[in-house]
Parts: sequence; C-alpha cells; structure tokens
Amino acid sequence: MSLLRNLGAWFNERLDWNSLMAPLRKKTVPRHRLSYWYFLGGITLFLFMIQVVTGILLLLYYRPGANEAFESVQYIMTQVQFGWLLRSIHSWSANLMIFTAMAHMFSVLLLKAYRKPRELTWISGVILLFLVLGFGFSGYLLPWNTLAYFATKVGTEITGQVPIIGKPLMVFLRGGEDVTGATLSRFFGFHVAVLPGLATVLVLVHLLLVQRFGISVPPKVEQEWIVNPNARREMKFFPNFALRELMAWYVALGVLGALAALFPWNLGVKADPFAPAPAGIKPEWYFLFMFQTLKLIPSKIGPIDGEVLGVLAFGLAGLIWLLLPLLESRQPSRPKQWISAFALVALVYMTGMSIYGHLAK
Amino acid sequence: MDILRNKFRNLVAGPIATFVLLVLSASSACGQTTNSCLDCHSALPEPLGVSADNLKLDIHVEKGLSCVNCHGGDATADDPDKAMSRKAGWKGKIERKQIPQLCGSCHSDPAYMRQYNPGLRTDQLDQYHTSVHGKRLAAGDTRVAVCTDCHSVHGLRAPSDPASTVYPTRIAATCAHCHADASYMKPYGIPTNQFVNYNKSVHHDVLTVRGDLSAPTCSTCHGNHGAAPPGVDKVQNVCSTCHVFQAQMYEKSSHKGAFQAASLPGCVVCHSNHGITHPTDAKLGNGSEAVCLQCHTAGDVCDQARATMLSSLNHLDQAIKESDQVLAMAESSGMEVSQARLSQNEARDALTKARVTIHSFRKDLIDQDIQAGLAIADKDLKVGQKAMAERDYRRIGLGLSLIAIGLVLTGLRLYIRKIES
Repeated sequence: MSLLRNLGAWFNERLDWNSLMAPLRKKTVPRHRLSYWYFLGGITLFLFMIQVVTGILLLLYYRPGANEAFESVQYIMTQVQFGWLLRSIHSWSANLMIFTAMAHMFSVLLLKAYRKPRELTWISGVILLFLVLGFGFSGYLLPWNTLAYFATKVGTEITGQVPIIGKPLMVFLRGGEDVTGATLSRFFGFHVAVLPGLATVLVLVHLLLVQRFGISVPPKVEQEWIVNPNARREMKFFPNFALRELMAWYVALGVLGALAALFPWNLGVKADPFAPAPAGIKPEWYFLFMFQTLKLIPSKIGPIDGEVLGVLAFGLAGLIWLLLPLLESRQPSRPKQWISAFALVALVYMTGMSIYGHLAK
Repeated sequence: MDILRNKFRNLVAGPIATFVLLVLSASSACGQTTNSCLDCHSALPEPLGVSADNLKLDIHVEKGLSCVNCHGGDATADDPDKAMSRKAGWKGKIERKQIPQLCGSCHSDPAYMRQYNPGLRTDQLDQYHTSVHGKRLAAGDTRVAVCTDCHSVHGLRAPSDPASTVYPTRIAATCAHCHADASYMKPYGIPTNQFVNYNKSVHHDVLTVRGDLSAPTCSTCHGNHGAAPPGVDKVQNVCSTCHVFQAQMYEKSSHKGAFQAASLPGCVVCHSNHGITHPTDAKLGNGSEAVCLQCHTAGDVCDQARATMLSSLNHLDQAIKESDQVLAMAESSGMEVSQARLSQNEARDALTKARVTIHSFRKDLIDQDIQAGLAIADKDLKVGQKAMAERDYRRIGLGLSLIAIGLVLTGLRLYIRKIES
C-alpha cells in the first residue's frame, strides 16, 4: 500500500493531480425520485467503451472483402478462443447501446434536461445518436451475410430517393451503382475509422458540456424544492454517484453476458449478390419504424413520389429533433408542454410502428 | 374433339350447314374481302363453323398460311360457288385418313419447313406410319388418332405454347380423350386406367406440381408421332433415358437375366408403370408396400440379403436424422454449426446413392455408399455434440460470471451504505 501511495505522491508532485481532480470532488448530483434516469447516459458510455474494446479485438481477425469477410467472422466464431463471445458481445452491446442512447434521449426530453443553458449538450447528444445509428448501419454489413447484404441494398436505395443529392450520395455510400465488395470496404472504413473518430470527439464534448453545466433537475422537482427547501438533497459525484453508476455498469455487463451466452448472435448465410432477395426482408429494429412508414406511404401523393416525400419528411423531422431546445427557447413565455407532448407522440409512434413492422409480413 | 365431331357431323350438321350456306350465298352482304372462307364459316355452327378469334392464334395463320393451303379453293372470291369450286382446287372437308398425308405434304418437306422453322423435325409422318395409330389407319381404322386429334385444328398452337394441346402438362389429358374413354377403347381391348394412375404418380407430381417440364408424360415413354408400347423387354431402356444410374446398377444385377428369362418387364415389376409412386425404403421391407416377397420366399437367401440391405439403409437414415437433430439443437442454441449442416447434405447424397445402388442388389456395392454416408454423419454428429458441450460450458461460465457480478454488486451496495451512514 505504501508503494502505491508513494507512486501516487510521485505523480501528484509532477502533475498536480489533486488540483485537477478538485472540481470533480466538489461536483454533486441531485438526489430525488427520478435520479435513476441519470444512469442511462453512463450506461451508454460504458457500452460504447465495450464496443471500442471488442471492436479492436475483432479487428485482429476480421478481413474486409466480399470473399473473406463472412469466412473471417465464421473463423472468429468457431476457431478463435472466446471469439464467439467477443462477436456476440459486440453485436448485443451495439443493440443495447442504441436502446440506452434512445432511452437516455427520451428521458432528457421528458425530464426537460435540454433547457437553457444545455441546448448544446442536447445537440451534441442527438448528433451522437445519429452517429450511433451510422455505426449500426455500417457494422451490420460487415459479416457479409444475406440479410445484411439486402438490408444494405434497401437502405442505400432509400438514401437514393433524396432529391438532387440522393443518387450521388447512394453511389458514394455503395462505392458504385450496386452493393459490392467496394461497399463493404467503404462501410468498414466508416465503421472503424471515420465514425469512431467523430464519436470520440463528440463524446468528449458531450461529457465536457455535462461537466460544465452540471446535472439538470426536472422542473417539477425544482418547484417542490423551492416550496420546501429542506427537501433539497444531493450526493457527491465521487464516490457516491460514481459507485452507483459502477453498479449500473455491472448490471449492464451481466445482462450483456447473459444475452451473449444464451443467445449468441447468428451469422446467417453468406451473401450471394445473384440470389433473389429473401421474402419479407426487414432492417434492424432501430430503423424499422422508418422502413414501415415508407412501406405504408402510397406510391404517389399528388404529383410527388410517396417514398421521396417520406424520406424528406424524416429528414425534416430529424432536423426539428436536433433543434428542439432552440425552438422552445425562442418563445419562453408560451406553454412549454408541447415538446413533452411531441416527445410522447414520437415515442408512441416509433414503438407502435416498430411493432407493426416486426409483425407485418 | 375431332373424333366426337366426326361421329356427329353427318347426323345433324350437314343439312343445317347447307341451309345457312344457301342463305349466305344469296345475300349481298358478303363484300370483297381477302378471306371469304372466314366471312361465311365464322358465322356457321359446328362442325363447319370456325372461330375467327381461335383461328387468329393458329400457328399456321400466324406464319401467313390460310384456309386454302389445306382446303384449296379461292379465298378471294365472294361467290361461294367460285370460292369452293373444284376448278380452283377446293377439297372441302379433309377425309380423316387423308389428314396425316396432308399435314405431311408440308411437314415432311425439309426445304419447305426450313423457311418457317429450320430446327423442326420433318420425320413426323414417317414416324406416324410406324405407330400403332398409323398402322391401324393404314388398315382402314379411322377411329384412331390422326394429327388433328392431338394437335387440334383451326386453333393449332406451337407445342411450346402453354395453351397447346401437346404442351407437356397437357399431353396426358390429350391422350386421355380417347385412352380413358372405356366405351371408345372397348374394341381394342386395352386398359383405360392409365390416366387415373398417371395422375397419382410421382412423374405427374414433378411435371404439374413442381413444374419441371422435363418430367415424363405419355409421349416420353411411348413416343409421340411413333407412339407404341415400349415392349416388355425394352422397358428398362425407356426408364434408363432418365434414370441412368439405376439402369447401370440393374445391368449388373442378377435380376436382369432372371426377369428376361421370365419375360417380366424390368423396372415395371417393382415400380409399376403409369402409377409409379415415390419409392421408399418400405419397398424393401415386408409390409404392404414390399415388392421382393412377391417373387421371393420369406427366409430364403435373397430375403436375408433384402433384410440386410434394408437394415443398412435404415442405419444410415437414422444416423443422418440423429446428426440433424443434434445440429438443429445446437443451431437453435445459437452455436455456429453451418459447416456441419452443409456437410449433412453429403451424407444425404450418400444415402440417395445407396438407394440407387440397391438396383444392383449387391451388398458390397451398397455397403461402400452406406459406409461413406455413415462416416460423414458420424463426423457431423461429433461436431454437434461438441457444440452442445461448448454451449453448456458457456452457460456454466455465464452462471459463475453472474455470481461474481452479484457479489461485486452486493459489496458495492454495502460499501455505499457504509460511507453514507
């Protein structure tokens, strides 16, 4: 123990560690009946770290390329020691991360944590969610199996529907007119270099903003505390909240391990570009609400192509979503409940449409 | 249809047709057209009536031929007397016994046919003369099939047209018009149950349900223009055109000589002919589907060999099923066993090969296939069992990890309580 203490003192003498950590020691976290929602961001960060670690380990064996990708993943799952666990954890963790990121986003909306001065925190978070969806879309193709191949084909085709820039964007994403080995190389590049770089920077910005503005208290709780100041309760970030967060991470690790061991992620059948698309092909669950909506839109709405209109509507909805806090802060005197109502409607719509899409043939 | 038409035409249609022709010829409504035959005959009742819509789809009309090419006469003349004058070469209705010769006048002429379809054979008439139909017609029996009975007339489609009466899926029904009509076939003393039996056969299933147009229908085994029964000693030659390997094995078997000596019709002895059902291993058994004991005595050397061969097939079948079951269980548990699943197809191929080799009735040859299949099934079984053991190992690992996580969580909870108390 004295060795560790001496080592700590040695570093402290040179880096002034104690001063660096001082703000964190002073940092507090509000304690109330809704505090549990604060763990979601941390769990998402934990899953992101798991993704980074397992992703790097998978990279040791994965080989991008239409002739090698499937076989290399098969090799990882059958020959590499604990390769099955790595691949399964990477896949499950990706899905759980998207789920917790979405849950975190809706909790921020419904607890009104996006309000001034935290607009930039919200914007960085929404962009991070878009990046996470990009991780999901690009990573899904990497095993080069039939489902992934056709899902990518359909997904990039939808991108091609965007007016003016759609076609060039589709060709850029595919690396040509069709989904081929060139698409796989490209998606691999996005997945392991471009997106991680952007995401790491944005995660740091997001954390910095959270640190800068502190943790938001829901308006209702705030009102209760104004009426009854004795009810105000807080806990130290270190160690009280951090230890609780650690517990949440352990629970997430347990869930992740159980899913990976009991339901190992299926590899499927190697993609065959010349085979017909399997019947009832669907995207991953997080894109299902959009896919189902586009399926339900009539082919023509007036003179405009239905799918084009749908894609544009989702683009506009995404932009409004990104700028939600700014839309509210411009009209401070107006009732602010519309954003909560909007969030609830969006949540019900996304859930309902996803279930419908899952059950639909 | 033509045969039925032939039966009734002299009874009722003649007088009516004559009357209608007279009315039409007296009328000035018939203007100058390029085909005056159709102007009148499209308005006539059967059998002189010709549907203009149907005729339009006739392959001959599509190629630019018209009524006069077969019936003679002058289709440009409005006056029926001129149009149907013997001077203009009008032949009227073609006698049934003249039909093959008339069709053959073009279809047996390679130089003429080349301009329409250079790939079309021109030996149909020669073949027809060798057929039972052709021989009987030559002997004066006009009830037998001639070209128009199978190919139809005035709406004749190319055989590749699904609406053609000789399209593969429709041939059996076309033959059945006569061959399933017990009263019509009575004078010939041949069975009329072929169509009913064929409709229950595996060949019919493959042709109509699976849509495989190469599957056999009547003409595949009996020939078309030269249609005749294959003959007792030649049946295996017919079957072997598709079932090549079975035939090779049969050639090596002791059954070939025995069947020939007893004038038994080869393949048909065990598989029947028109009503061939999908063969199962039960044919080698001693139940209701069994065939061996129809000739052999229970307990004799051949019966013992039969039992051994059946046992070998069952052994491999069971081994494949067992491996499949274990692999399916492993797969449903999320284990990666796709290679072994694929390899199971090779074991199934070996079983199919053994079933083909059965036609040699040689245990040593059958054993080669059985052993090859068993080796693959056994290897796949081991892969499945290993995957299941791996699954259990993972679950134990998960259990231990969850206990460790639970302990850490309890420790953290206690520590938080301690520092906050």
